[in-house]
This record gives sequence, C-alpha cells and structure tokens, in this order.
Amino acid sequence: MTITNYLVLAAILFTIGAVGVLVRRNAIVVFMCIELMLNSVNLTLITFARASGTVEGQVIALFVMVVAAAEVVVGLAIIMAIYRTRRSASVDDVNLLKY
Amino acid sequence: MPASVPVDGLLSVAWLVIALPLAGAALLLLGGRRTDRWGHLLATGTVVAAFVLAVASTLQLSGRPGHAASIDLFTFIRTGGLDVSAGLLIDPLSAVFMLLITGVGALIHVYSIGYMAHDSGRRRFFAYLNLFVAAMLLLVLGNSYVALYVGWEGVGLASYLLIAFWYTRPAAATAAKKAFLMNRIGDVGLALAIFLMFAQLGTTSYAGVFGEVGLLAGGTVTAIGLLLLLGACGKSGQFPLQAWLPDAMEGPTPVSALIHAATMVTAGVYLIARSAPVYDETPTARTVVLAVGAVTLLIGAIVGCAYDDIKKVLAYSTVSQIGYMFLAVGLGPVGYAAGIAHLLTHGFFKAGLFLGAGSVMHAMDDQVDMRRFGGLAKRLPVTFVTFGLGYLALIGFPFLSGYWTKDAIIEAALDRGGWSGWVLGGVAVLGAGLTAFYMTRLMLMTFFGKARWTPGVHPHESPPSMTAPMVVLAVGSVAAGFLLVQVFPLAEWLEPVFGEPAEAAHVVAPAVVGIVVTAVMTVGVLAAWLFVGRREVPTTAPVRVSPVVTAARRALYADTVNEALVMRPGIWLTRALVWLDNRGVDGVVNGAAAALGGSSSRLGRAQTGFVRSYALGMLGGAVLVAGALVAVTTA
Repeated sequence: MTITNYLVLAAILFTIGAVGVLVRRNAIVVFMCIELMLNSVNLTLITFARASGTVEGQVIALFVMVVAAAEVVVGLAIIMAIYRTRRSASVDDVNLLKY
Repeated sequence: MPASVPVDGLLSVAWLVIALPLAGAALLLLGGRRTDRWGHLLATGTVVAAFVLAVASTLQLSGRPGHAASIDLFTFIRTGGLDVSAGLLIDPLSAVFMLLITGVGALIHVYSIGYMAHDSGRRRFFAYLNLFVAAMLLLVLGNSYVALYVGWEGVGLASYLLIAFWYTRPAAATAAKKAFLMNRIGDVGLALAIFLMFAQLGTTSYAGVFGEVGLLAGGTVTAIGLLLLLGACGKSGQFPLQAWLPDAMEGPTPVSALIHAATMVTAGVYLIARSAPVYDETPTARTVVLAVGAVTLLIGAIVGCAYDDIKKVLAYSTVSQIGYMFLAVGLGPVGYAAGIAHLLTHGFFKAGLFLGAGSVMHAMDDQVDMRRFGGLAKRLPVTFVTFGLGYLALIGFPFLSGYWTKDAIIEAALDRGGWSGWVLGGVAVLGAGLTAFYMTRLMLMTFFGKARWTPGVHPHESPPSMTAPMVVLAVGSVAAGFLLVQVFPLAEWLEPVFGEPAEAAHVVAPAVVGIVVTAVMTVGVLAAWLFVGRREVPTTAPVRVSPVVTAARRALYADTVNEALVMRPGIWLTRALVWLDNRGVDGVVNGAAAALGGSSSRLGRAQTGFVRSYALGMLGGAVLVAGALVAVTTA
C-alpha cells in the first residue's frame, strides 16, 4: 500500500468538490462541495504526515477541521438569512454586488 | 564719488524729502473719505515741505567738498553674493533733479487744487500725485541701480494710475494700458542691464559699477549701454517706443504737465547722464543714443505739425524736445550739461504750456480740438500771456530759456565735426524750425483769429490757484535759461559729476549758430502764419491733403507698425499657445484621465455578481500559480 492511492483519492475528492462548486447552483450543495475539498486536503496532509513520520501535518489537519467547523456555522447562518429574504438558495440569485 | 566727509545737518535727514510725499500718499489712500476735505492741502503741504528741504539740502551741499553726499540708510537685500544697501546719493546732478521735481511738483499741486476742485476723485488724485513725487525722488536720489529701478517702477505705476484716473472713459483706460505695456518693454531692458551688472561686476551701486566698468569686455559694456538705452527709450517716449506718450494725454492735464512733460519722461535722460561712465567705455552705444535722439526729434516735430488736439501737439513737442536731450547726452562730455540744462528749462516752459492748455480746456468745457478755439487771447488774458511766454521760450526766441539751452545743444552737435556733426546739427536746426512752425500754428489756432467755439461755450479765466503757478512757470520760462547758462553756469555746477568739459574747437562760431537758428525759427513762424494765420481755419480738418500730412496725422504710422510687428504676431502667438494648451497640455492630461476611466469601467464588467464565475477565476489562478511553481522547481 503506497501513499499514491491516498493521494489519488484525495485528488479525486478535490476535483469532485471543485467541479461541484463551479457547476451547482444550490448554495447547500456548493457548501458541501467546499467541505469535500477541505477534507481532501486534510487527507493529503495526514498522508504526508504518516509517510514522513511527523505530527505537523496532523496538527494542521486538526486546525483545518476547527476552522471548517467555524466556517460551517457562519456559512449556514448566511445561507439561512439569504433563504429567508429571497425564498431561494441559489447562488446565482445573490448577484447584487457587481459593477 | 561718495564723499568721505561725514554727513551732518539737514543732509542726514534728506530721506525726508522722499518720505514726506510718500507719507502723504499713504495717509490719503489709507485714510479714505475722512481725508476728503483737507487731503489735497496736506498733499500740497508735503511737496512744498519737500521742496524747502531740497533747497536747504542743496545749499548745504554746495558747501561740501566734492559737492556730494552719500547717505546709507539700511540693508535692502543681502543674500549670497548680492548685497544691496538702500542709500541716497546727493550730488550736483541729483540735486538739480530734486529741485526740479519738488519745485515744479509743488506748483502743479497748487494748480491741481483749482483744476480738480469739482472732481469727486480729488483725494485719490492727490494721493497718486504724492506717490509719483516720492517715487520720482527715489529714482533720482538712489545711490544704486536697484534703488533707481524701484523708483523707476514706482513712477511707472503712478503714471498708469494717473493716466487712467478717469477710468470710466474707455480711451483713458486703453491709454493707460498702452503706456504701461510700452513702458514694460523698456523696463525689461533696464532690468536686464542691472542683471548684467550684477552678473559681471557683482554690484549695482553707482560707485561700484562706475569704478569697475572699465575692466569689462567691450561687448558686455555695449550690451549694458544698449539695454539702459532701451529702458530710457521706454520711459522717455523715444523712438521706437514713442507711441504711448501722446495717448497718455488722456490723463488730467496737471498729470500731463508734471509727469508727461516736466519730470517722469526726462528720467531716461537722467539715466543716460547718470550712466556717463558706462557710455564713456562704449562709443557704439553712445552713437545709438545720438541716433535715437535725432530720429525722435524729427518724428516728434513732424507729427506735432499735423495734430489738432492741443494736448497731443504739446505731447509730440515733448517727444521732440526730449529727443534734443538724448541728442545732447549722446554727444558725450560736451553735451551732458547742455542736455540737463535743456531738461530743466523744458521742465519750466513745457509744464507752463501744459498748465496753460489745461486752463484753456477749463474755459472751453474740456474741449481739446484747436479748430474749435480761436480768439481766446482777450477772454483769457493771464493764460494768453503765460502761455505766450512759454511758447516763445520753447521755439527759442532770442534770450528766453529755450534759446540758450537749445542753441547749446546745436552748437555741441556741430562741434562734433565731420559729416555726423553736420547731419546732427542740421537735424537739430531743422527741428527748431519745425518746432517754431507747429507751436505758432497752435498759438494762432488757439488765441488768435475768429472765435470758432461750439455754441454754448463761455470762456472764462481760471481761478488764481491755477493762474499763479502758470505765472511762476512763465517767469521761469523767461529767466531760467539765462540764469542757468550765464549767471550760475550749470556746466560748472555739474563738473564734479561729469568732469571738466574740454574746451571745444568750434566748427561754427556760436554767434553764427545763434543767428542761423533764429533765422530758421523766423522762417518757421512765418510759414505757420502763411498756412494758418492769414486765412480762416476750417472747423473740421480738411480731408483732401497731401500724403505727408496724412502720414503725420497718423503719427508716421507708429501705431500701424507696432500693431503689425508686435501686436498681431503677439496675438497669433497667444492663440497658438492657447491652442497648444487646450489641445496639447490639456489633451495629455484629459487623455490620461479618459483612458484610465474607460479601462476601469471595462475591467469593472468582470464583476458580474455571479459567485461561481469568481470561483472559476480563483481556481484558474490557483492552477496557474501551481503550474508556475512546478515549472520553476523542475526547470
């Protein structure tokens, strides 16, 4: 079992997340895709930490999870607020801030 | 030149001569309407006091060795290599000017009390007159070219303010602007001359400049001489800057008498006489002075024959007479005393003539057209007699002022010898004949013949405050020449300044010159009688006249030439500059602003408001950065 499998899995997860962010309109789905990308990065960090036998990567992964948790709280609150005012959770409808 | 003897007594307070009129001007201008009732008396008082002080100072001066006093007042400018201290130089030359300015100035102040009695701007008028007297005194009493320049600009300002005194009249406002602009051309010349002195000699005081001017290269001295001459031409209305002086007659007549006849316009003569040591080093510049004087003398005399405006005839006469003075000071040491003597007597009789003209205008409801005068001798007896004496003095009637001083100039010109002496002498004699012609024409048209008054005009003699100064000046016109040439020779008095004049080898005996000039003058008078006196003068100027008369009526096309050579190219230049400014300079600035604005509004289109497109941009950027990183690390 080489680390390649882990890295390929992380790359696949990241790509799914990135494509999801770009193509989906529903804010909740976009949000989940962002979480997917974050966790793919976490997987990469853990993989390299395990391969090199150090703990820095694991520590950083823990930090990412903490930040992601905080982000989820704020992000979901924003989405809720938008849904209450616009009766829609489509990110394309939130387009007032432009040229 | 500066006396080593310490300055004491009245000379130590000689600065009061300048300060008194200046204080008068300040008080009247700052005091406002509160000084309306007594302002004119105060102004006259300051000038009379300055005159008394000037007389006392001159008397004390004559008792001093070297007849000169240099008085340091304070440091004016001290910076780097430039050290200008403000000080006064009272020597025989500046003393005669001081006496002329305060003396004639006081008389004209008295005259103005009567002349301006009913003018609502009387206080302003007297304030400007005081300002003029102060500036003119600073001009002649300063001990350096910088002090002279301050006074020079001061009289220019006062002249501008007084020409435009009746500023609601467009003609007066235009004339003032014209005078100011043409003076400015001359002033630039003077300023450049002073810069040259500072750059080459490091000093601008008379003592410093005259002591070292001999060490300079010939070309530099000639440049300084010519630039000084340009300044003198501007201020004195000499060719080619003569066109402003006749227009300056738009000002009140006392102004014409004081500034544009007796004092300010002779500042150029003073400048050239004062700069004698500079011109001693440069025969070229001195020859140019001669040429300017001779040409102006003829221009003024010719144009004076054609005008019908009494003040403009007198103005061209002034131009012509100052031409005589330039001719005299251009002759070098033999001519200085003659030129200054003519300047003094001219100050008397021309001021008297202008005051007389003012009295005539006063009687004729401010008309100036001589074709509408005639037969005024009986109605204005005092004016007639005083004006007549001034007239005789001006044309050089034997043994009156003009005879002595003008003859001295003609003699000096002939004594130059060679063809140039004959040409200059001939021009001067011809000028004397023309002077006799135009002045006789003026007399005949104004005081003799039938009355051609416009209906409703009732001539009356002027009040005593106006006639008294005219009488004093008339006495001066009669006696000054004899006194200055025979009794108290001015040449001897001025010796400390100009050195002892060499005994001239006379080309033509002085007696012969006197007879010839008198004969030419008689011819001029007779010609005027033939053309003007023995027939009826038409009340409108004849239209069908010879080309010569047409040219003279248009002032020998001086304005036309100025307009063609200076005004039009100037207007083109300004238009081109305005175009360049609008299209070029503004174009670059506006173009840069427009380019920035346009590109930013186009770039702003990228802000679509769609979050997913931003995300795509971020992803693309991240990929690019990662690609670049990989490319750099693997390379």
